[in-house]
Amino acid sequence: MANKTPLYQAHVDAEARIVDFGGWDMPLNYGSQIDEHHAVRQDAGMFDVSHMTVVEVTGAEAKPYLQYLLANDVDKLQVAGKALYSGMLNEDGGVIDDLITYYLTDEHYRVVVNASTRDKDLAWMENVAQQFAVSVEERTDVAMIAVQGPNAIDKAQSVMTDEQKAAVAQLKPFVAAQAGSLFVARTGYTGEDGYEIMLPDEQGIDFWNQLQAAGVKPCGLAARDTLRLEAGMNLYGHDMDETVSPLEANMGWTIAWEPAERDFVGRKALTEQKQAGAARKLIGLVLEDKGIMREGQEVIANGEVVGVVTSGTMSPTIGKSIAMARIKRDINEENLLIQVRKKQLEAKVVKPCFVRKGEALV
Amino acid sequence: MSQIPAELKYVSSHEWIRDEGDGVVTVGITDHAQELLGDVVFVEAPEVDNEVEAEEEIAVVESVKAASDIYAPIAGTIIEVNEELEDSPELVNSDPYGDGWMFKMQLADVADLDGLMSAEEYAEEIADE
Repeated sequence: MANKTPLYQAHVDAEARIVDFGGWDMPLNYGSQIDEHHAVRQDAGMFDVSHMTVVEVTGAEAKPYLQYLLANDVDKLQVAGKALYSGMLNEDGGVIDDLITYYLTDEHYRVVVNASTRDKDLAWMENVAQQFAVSVEERTDVAMIAVQGPNAIDKAQSVMTDEQKAAVAQLKPFVAAQAGSLFVARTGYTGEDGYEIMLPDEQGIDFWNQLQAAGVKPCGLAARDTLRLEAGMNLYGHDMDETVSPLEANMGWTIAWEPAERDFVGRKALTEQKQAGAARKLIGLVLEDKGIMREGQEVIANGEVVGVVTSGTMSPTIGKSIAMARIKRDINEENLLIQVRKKQLEAKVVKPCFVRKGEALV
Repeated sequence: MSQIPAELKYVSSHEWIRDEGDGVVTVGITDHAQELLGDVVFVEAPEVDNEVEAEEEIAVVESVKAASDIYAPIAGTIIEVNEELEDSPELVNSDPYGDGWMFKMQLADVADLDGLMSAEEYAEEIADE
């Protein structure tokens, strides 16, 4: 029996195409995923992200625990509500998951991890927690809605009370605030401005319907994937996993090397890898020819396979196929060949960030 | 509920076949197939003059989500492809039985048409999926 989010009935009522995603029955699209994609780039769209796992980390040693658990340093979080993106690594420096941590107080942090990795994440977090005076507890009573797009903030605020509006009015990017029953974070996974909003599960459908009435378009996982790929954001299990280090997944910026005396899980392995140079790197590709790059396709340079596509799609914003690929570090060609089914097609190597705030960057 | 026009023939790989007379058929993918695929963004057409066997992979339809092979539903020769699809692949979604047609074939043996599924049989087939 698949898990269902508090918003499930709203998706069924809207005749969404429902698929299994990491054990959850989730909306893939509500009609056209391309229309949904454009709504987020040009106006406002919303996603049910209630399947993601919310974990409350509380206790006297909440801070030192997270400083040891995560490659990024929660000491950077000094203002209540501030968020931090980080990898949670194993001892080999491989990525167990990528996650966001919200700072509430020195003894209370809220961590949001991926749905598909819930079980192993919780097991790992609990295991590491044994060395600290800390409690790690999953929340199962929240709905989460991501409202994204150039008009997302205006439209989301239009369904808030005056008190709630006041609480979020000054919210800076990557900061969250409690606004009545809403926990509103100015974060997202689309490359557009907007909010990710947590609220009590029983209020979820009503809030979703209010947003829809305010002109926010329901969007499914399919649009979420093309949006995040255009924005150059990694998807766990595709662009990185436990066999890949952050240095090989464009996540070097999420490793806090300083202060040098802070130990964290995976630090030793990462330090060695950094000194030797990571074997592989994650690049962006734009297909020059017609066709579509897909995950798993081989990347070829000088007649030799030098890597593999980790995520690929047709970019609705650019109108060409875009992809991320992991290739050998010493390959510096401007163009590479991609084995697309029976043909080898030429792709241009770019920084893996294709679209930001509605504008094509490649 | 997807549309399954009664006057067409079908195969289980979700192509429809329209008998145009004189041993010529038009082929496309069904409404059900386009629903499964989602937004179609690229069609790699078969080669004209190609002689193909039934169930041979001859074309590719790619949606945003995934690539799907298109099979020859019946043996024959490709005599025409829908060139509109090169610039407007979304016709496969908006009009799968009309402007979204894929190719025309000259049949090797007109009698092969009798072996194809009727609309009713195809409806039963996809109900079991």
